[in-house]
Amino acid sequence: MNFHRPHCLLLAATLALATATAAHAQATSSVTPLPNDALYQQFGGQPGLTKLMDEFVERLVVDPRTERFFKNANKPHLKAQLTDQLCEVSGGPCKLKGPAMADVHGNMGINKGDFNALVEVLQQTMNAQGIPFAAQNRMLAQLAPMHRDIITAE
Amino acid sequence: MTSPSLLSRGLCILPLCLAASLASAQSSSPGSQGKLLLTGGVTTVEGAAGGGLTPWAVTGSYATDGQIGGTGALTRVRTRDYSLTSVAVAASYGERFEVSLAHQDFDTGPVAGALAGALKDPAFNGLRLKQDIVGLKARVAGDAILDSDNWMPQVAVGLEYKKAKPGHLAAALQAFGAKDNGTDIYVSATKLFLAQGILVNGTLRATKANQTGLLGFGATGHDSYQIKPEVSVAYLLSSSLAVGAEYRAKPDNFRDNNALGAGTLKEDRWMDLFLAWTPNKHASITLAYVDLGKIVPGVVTRKQTGSYVSAQLAF
Repeated sequence: MNFHRPHCLLLAATLALATATAAHAQATSSVTPLPNDALYQQFGGQPGLTKLMDEFVERLVVDPRTERFFKNANKPHLKAQLTDQLCEVSGGPCKLKGPAMADVHGNMGINKGDFNALVEVLQQTMNAQGIPFAAQNRMLAQLAPMHRDIITAE
Repeated sequence: MTSPSLLSRGLCILPLCLAASLASAQSSSPGSQGKLLLTGGVTTVEGAAGGGLTPWAVTGSYATDGQIGGTGALTRVRTRDYSLTSVAVAASYGERFEVSLAHQDFDTGPVAGALAGALKDPAFNGLRLKQDIVGLKARVAGDAILDSDNWMPQVAVGLEYKKAKPGHLAAALQAFGAKDNGTDIYVSATKLFLAQGILVNGTLRATKANQTGLLGFGATGHDSYQIKPEVSVAYLLSSSLAVGAEYRAKPDNFRDNNALGAGTLKEDRWMDLFLAWTPNKHASITLAYVDLGKIVPGVVTRKQTGSYVSAQLAF
């Protein structure tokens, strides 16, 4: 295709996409429900998730990138909340009770680097407990959109 | 992140194992840079972050919001009759801007001797085509990784200013109507389908370049910008290992050039199949099988398939 003014076309395409994104940014994040509990079962159900979140929180409080966010946390409560949350997003029979993610995290000053550090600690924990890579990615895909409620700082 | 030591053991058949082990040893502490592993892509032959042959909408290095990062890469492509070496550095600010510099050196192989013989000019012997590329890229929308609940990709716009240094071939290229410099303008959209572990990139590039600029820009009768698609698809085998394929369409501005015989300079698309390994946030190695089509088919008629090896350091 010959086109003598590519700048105009590229600019138009870019603007169209940027506008689409702006519309997206208005939406609040909510968990996409899964059709069944296959992912929950791959994580070993309630016992598996309890064990996973136990190790995850223990890693979070010592990792130099995340410790400042978790050192004063009530660990048993945090572990229970996280277990319920992963149970819910993976199609398990749970419902996370408590305030909305945005209300909990809004004033914590969490930036994208902090968020990604937490994701990496979760990946390390899942690796340590032998969760298959494909299952890890399906769980992360359920959790990643929460970045919109959690990341509030540059 | 997968344990580096486990990976080192598993992949020690690669000759690059030693370099990788050294890199792993330096990064036993968690990386200070805040992007997830593999999400900075690798370095293209033209310097921008992306796949091997085509830029992606990601910025290079592991710098995320508010951080500054850099990469350096050495890439060597060897086909049946030619070779290309590319040295590139890039710096990025946050996941917003990227600046890159690349220097390419293309060994024309048997074409040099053929030109020297046909034109009775020994100065063509050992002909090398060189090119310097300055790249700028800006992310304008989206997050390729974290927006896993919708289809919105990460989008970036970029340009590559290229200055060709075709050596003794300069006068001929000028006579064929090719300029020695040009600017490619592109828009890239990159999306990781996280649940499936599949990354897709599409790029539209407005360009006048002949063989990406190594043979100048434009030609007599074909001097306008053309918009060409480039596509990459990658599958994540683990958090540090990806396999994929790329396709890059290119203009064919010399298709009517008969000065060296009809179709002598005809130009084909480029393709590759790649394996990228990122043992940690400081090093990555990309191995690929490339198919660059026919290059100067009037002289060398066989397809230019071969190997692509690229090593990148990031900080």
